[in-house]
Amino acid sequence: MAWNLDSDRPIYTQILEEIQIRIITGQYKSGERIPSVRELAAQAGVNPNTMQKALTELERSGLVMSQRTSGRIVTEDLEMLRQTRNKLAYDQINAFIERMKKLGFDKEEVMALLKQAEGEKNE
Amino acid sequence: MSELVEVKNLTKVYEKKKTALSQVNLMIPRGKIIGLLGPNGSGKTTLIKLLSGLLVATEGEILINGYKPGPETKSMVSYLPERTYFQNSMRVKELIEYFADFYQDFCPERAKQMLMNLNIDENSRLKTLSKGTKEKVQLIMVMSRDAQLYILDEPIAGVDPAARDYILRTIISNYNENATVLISTHLISDIEKILDEVIFIRDGRVVLQDTVENIRERKGKSVDTYFREVFAC
Repeated sequence: MAWNLDSDRPIYTQILEEIQIRIITGQYKSGERIPSVRELAAQAGVNPNTMQKALTELERSGLVMSQRTSGRIVTEDLEMLRQTRNKLAYDQINAFIERMKKLGFDKEEVMALLKQAEGEKNE
Repeated sequence: MSELVEVKNLTKVYEKKKTALSQVNLMIPRGKIIGLLGPNGSGKTTLIKLLSGLLVATEGEILINGYKPGPETKSMVSYLPERTYFQNSMRVKELIEYFADFYQDFCPERAKQMLMNLNIDENSRLKTLSKGTKEKVQLIMVMSRDAQLYILDEPIAGVDPAARDYILRTIISNYNENATVLISTHLISDIEKILDEVIFIRDGRVVLQDTVENIRERKGKSVDTYFREVFAC
């Protein structure tokens, strides 16, 4: 799968997001090994040091665990996966609400519009 | 371990009148991929040739692993010049033997693997290859050494975008963790994702040395955009 990285935001943050997405969508499965730093860096076309930094941060947060002999595996803590998934959803929603505010919509209007759009889609 | 390269008060004056580099101070760490960026005529190639031991400094000092440029450093530095210098009548496989003779740290298997991945026939004579393919061959030779410092002067300028990606991946996966790659280029947007640091150079002086993530974070823009601002004409 392609890595779509922007050059005007820190690459590190984007890699972090992308790997989190891959984990919560099950591309990298709970309890399974993720590719090595080198492999991931080559796939994404980024500097290995940057990839290393992102993986270290994921380890620190507990989402992946370092295994002495077999690289890194995704956590088997399902509660943590669920929380991560929710957090990423909230980030998206907050960013969306911010943008709508800039367009002059308040929360109620946004909610109403969301329902309306959802209804139209289902018709 | 100390820094890989130390440059102190380096000045290079050509023919007693044209100053190409003036009082340059640099520390180049190990294990990094570093972009050497600057407009035409800013002194990039002069700096590279001094590091490679092809030019002699007018003033100041360069230390690579503690050695001044000379026979010792040539075994540590793998240099890709901006122009090809190979004998056109040679075949690619002869070039491999030639490099293996010259450099103890040259790894023929690695070169052959990369040639295969890029569909370059070892039996071809260099003069039958296109300009871009010749550049690929040369880069493969340079990256097939186990050097401590790779210096690449405009490595991807003549190569198509698909092969550029392959070459960048090659650079990422081939250099070892203690080696540093110094890349001079104008094609910033193509390479900035693989860089750790950049050095901006203008009129023979270093104007900035910083990590690329710092630039993105502080300026909120890509290194390419930032470069265009700093060097706007």
